[in-house]
Amino acid sequence: MSDHDHDHSDLSDTELRVRALETLLTEKGYIDPPALDVLIETYETKIGPKNGAMVVAKTWADADYRERLLADATAAIAEFGFTGRQGEHMVAVENTDETHNMVVCTLCSCYPWTVLGLPPVWYKSAPYRSRAVRDPRGVLEEFGVRLPRAKHIRVWDSTAEVRYLVIPQRPLGTDGWSEDDLAALVTRDSMIGTGLAIDPLVKEPAA
Amino acid sequence: MNGAQDLGGQMGFGPIEMEQDEPNFHAKWEERAFAITLAMGATGSWTLDASRYARETLPPADYLSSSYYEIWTKGLEKLLVTNGLATDEELTQARVLVPPKSVKRVLKAKEVESVLAKGAPVDRASQQPARFRVGDRVHTKRMHPVTHTRLPRYARDVAGRIEVIHGVHVFPDSNAHGKGEQPCWLYGVAFNGTDIWGPDSDPDLSLRLDLWEPYLDLA
Repeated sequence: MSDHDHDHSDLSDTELRVRALETLLTEKGYIDPPALDVLIETYETKIGPKNGAMVVAKTWADADYRERLLADATAAIAEFGFTGRQGEHMVAVENTDETHNMVVCTLCSCYPWTVLGLPPVWYKSAPYRSRAVRDPRGVLEEFGVRLPRAKHIRVWDSTAEVRYLVIPQRPLGTDGWSEDDLAALVTRDSMIGTGLAIDPLVKEPAA
Repeated sequence: MNGAQDLGGQMGFGPIEMEQDEPNFHAKWEERAFAITLAMGATGSWTLDASRYARETLPPADYLSSSYYEIWTKGLEKLLVTNGLATDEELTQARVLVPPKSVKRVLKAKEVESVLAKGAPVDRASQQPARFRVGDRVHTKRMHPVTHTRLPRYARDVAGRIEVIHGVHVFPDSNAHGKGEQPCWLYGVAFNGTDIWGPDSDPDLSLRLDLWEPYLDLA
């Protein structure tokens, strides 16, 4: 289902179906095309993983904020103005020396839109959804992440309307960094748990 | 239902295909399919749970060979027809053949920001005390409903432990089928990987699922 070649071969058929839908639903008065443009624009420019990176950076830099986030992530994330659709009930889970967290939705594509935007194709794909719960270590290796064998892995399957944000471990050597500089180390995948924060010493995800 | 959507633990789908600097949308039609789906959701003609059920009832071969926005599109077409908002003929011909049905709201451009920022919280006031407490050993039910459920197959008939009580949330199993929200207690339930995947599986794996009270029995 993530096969892009498949998209291309069916493009004309699907494109026609979607055009037909928009025409029909507009003529029926159910949708207003300018609203569609704003919806697309919002997720293209305003809501994306930069939001989550700001939350993570503040969690690293500000102990009081971290406490608020772990106590009530929905409220703490709302301090940034990130609220609403697919972020109504947020929980933040912190990676530690002992435990690595990884998020999946095996049943559909639940994802914390308010902090990460729209999910990438792989997150919605059968290979990830099927394996993340059974073989997360193997999945992580495909993402180039090798955890110490004894490190515990906790997989969060988003079966309800609770949405999970992973707080990756803060890279070493970043003491005293500004939140802006810290945020630049926080990748989308590190907040899903399929990656780690960027190690500034090697400019790639920390081991 | 045991549809193609219930993918946890299935095998043979091959490697995960990642894409560097992936865009939100890979074609113009994906943008439109995404926005049309959200705008139709805003009309209040069905619940999010009903839309999930519409997608998971696609024939498995169709579901598994469709991209995600294709699944959304096919699910939306089904919802339109089953809710009497459009007919198959109208979808095929892309023109109005029967008068429109009135909807609760038509989303306007200037309302998008506030509607998204508000979202649709599903927590509700409690009507009765929670049956389980944090730390309780529970057992998930053995069940195979043909209707919508959020208890994945891999986590049925398994022992777990209540880790957190989220509160009272809308129950998808009823809400997806026009039977009302029937809110019930939602718990964060932890499972040992080996209790789900067997004694020869990764001993350092645990799973956390959010499960409603009717899915659980005291162990």
